[in-house]
Amino acid sequence: MTSTTFQSTELPRSAYELPKTVRFSSLAVVLVFFAIFPLLFTNPTVSSVGVWAMVFVMCVSGWNIFSGYTGYIALGHAVFYGVGQYATALLMLHMNITPGWPSFILIPISGVIAAIFAIPIGWMLLRVRKHTFIVLTIAMMFIFQLLAYNWSSITQGSTGLQPAQPLWAGDTFNNPFYYVAFAGAILAILTSWIVRRSKFGLNLLAIRDDEDRARSLGINTARSKLIAFVISAVFLGFAGSVYALFVGQVFPQFAFDPSFDVSLTVMAFAGGIGTIAGPAIGALVVSSAQQYFYITYGGQNVFLIVYGILFIALLRLLPGGVVPAIAGRWRNFVSSRSNVRDPHHDEPPPTADVAHVATGAEGGSN
Amino acid sequence: MAKLKVEGIVKNYGGIQALRGCTMSFQEGAINGLIGPNGSGKTTLFNVMTGYEIPDEGKVSFNGRDITAATPNEVFAEGIGRTFQLTRIFPRLTVLENVHIGARRAGAISQIKSWSRPEERAAVKDALDFVNLTRLAYEPAGTLSYGQQKLLELAFILVAKPKVMLLDEPAGGVNPTLLKHLGGRIKALNEEGVTFVIVEHDMEFVMGLCDQVSVMHMGASLREGKPAEVRADPAVMEAYLGADLSVEAD
Repeated sequence: MTSTTFQSTELPRSAYELPKTVRFSSLAVVLVFFAIFPLLFTNPTVSSVGVWAMVFVMCVSGWNIFSGYTGYIALGHAVFYGVGQYATALLMLHMNITPGWPSFILIPISGVIAAIFAIPIGWMLLRVRKHTFIVLTIAMMFIFQLLAYNWSSITQGSTGLQPAQPLWAGDTFNNPFYYVAFAGAILAILTSWIVRRSKFGLNLLAIRDDEDRARSLGINTARSKLIAFVISAVFLGFAGSVYALFVGQVFPQFAFDPSFDVSLTVMAFAGGIGTIAGPAIGALVVSSAQQYFYITYGGQNVFLIVYGILFIALLRLLPGGVVPAIAGRWRNFVSSRSNVRDPHHDEPPPTADVAHVATGAEGGSN
Repeated sequence: MAKLKVEGIVKNYGGIQALRGCTMSFQEGAINGLIGPNGSGKTTLFNVMTGYEIPDEGKVSFNGRDITAATPNEVFAEGIGRTFQLTRIFPRLTVLENVHIGARRAGAISQIKSWSRPEERAAVKDALDFVNLTRLAYEPAGTLSYGQQKLLELAFILVAKPKVMLLDEPAGGVNPTLLKHLGGRIKALNEEGVTFVIVEHDMEFVMGLCDQVSVMHMGASLREGKPAEVRADPAVMEAYLGADLSVEAD
């Protein structure tokens, strides 16, 4: 194309985009609230709910970087959560690291170890697509669980590992873990945001919508998927490390737990898979509810019943999740006021998943 | 001079021979038509030329370079863009994002930078203006009409500035007004040096637009020549209408 053919001017801003002041001020309010959360709620039971909420925000936002953006639903990310737990516990035990603040150095190290595991796993699993991929991720999770049970010389089998915990005062014991998990959660959301606004992220979304089409537009889909897979594993490794340090116990059945992956998926779907804020919102709400039911009803697994009800309700009422539903309503509202659609748009839409499209989940303004 | 050339291509699917020693060349700077009855192997040939299928035998060359074993992304990097028989856009992304996907970037670091960089925005805006979709830039692509999706597909290939564009049935399901517009866009791009290979069943569209027409029949090349020569060839008529009908026509 020659420049003489066209008149290049900048596109106007999207009518659907919220003003910057609204976006930044609401973000600031949320950040300040969570930064002072342990100071507002000094009860250790409540602050422990906060720690778990942040751990899950980290996990779900990390998981979303791969599964949300590429559409490859991974149900085996517990592998990296477990690897993070075992890496931290083993390093604590064998490197004589002092419990407390010095032990937090193990969090990034465990993230790197999880990434190292993710490279060959991703390389193998990503040779298949979609449904087969889901099945293989579940299989991989059980392979790791069996390894943890049976490789006793390293993992101590079902006896598990017990890394030492710091001797901090009971009232404020949770707070350092809260802030470490909070920092990890912010890092996960920030990474998700960077990926979403990058060309790499756009390539991932193209893979989600039509992988073969993406290939014909020059996207190296195999490499893009693997990179996203490894990035997401890092955050699961971080979270696993926080778990090991916070709980002080690592067992195979909890490190490589199938219900953990179900939790991630429900949280991501509840908030809005493939969006930046959705998985974080889903994790905050669902994990807090899970903790509430756990504290109130003990180990009766009432939260699993709630998961089931919530999942059915979401599928019926908000199939795209909360954030896409709100974004969709906002788009409809703006469209009805500004009439941005083509008035000559008289042909019926083709085969696209219009129900999903109507949510506007991945529109540029989200 | 042949820009894109296939020689002796054989492609079998189990017992079905989709391509049987197909040899063809597509001229540089021309609008090349590729016609043939249903099942004659046109789309399979497109898939072979764009790296979606590896032929069992034969060679594909582009500017004299062998690209037979190249993957679709490598073929695109060489400068060959394609559309599909049924439009394949990214329905959950906005129109603007769809077009940005076509923008090519070299190097890993550039992939981390924003998908909407200033130097690409101008080219994307040009492409959107070219296909008259600018006003729908922020709409989800899946809500466009079928004809608009055809134009969008053209736009996101245009952004990559390909040397050759392979269009698989661009007129299929497009209303006459939009088809006229599409033909005009193809001609304008061709005048700027883009080579086209167009698979199409709409004979009026092909004969009015193409400089050169190749006919396929039963997985092989039947005839290559100017549109008028091809139209007048009895063998072509027979391939399209069947032997008995062509006798009746005589």
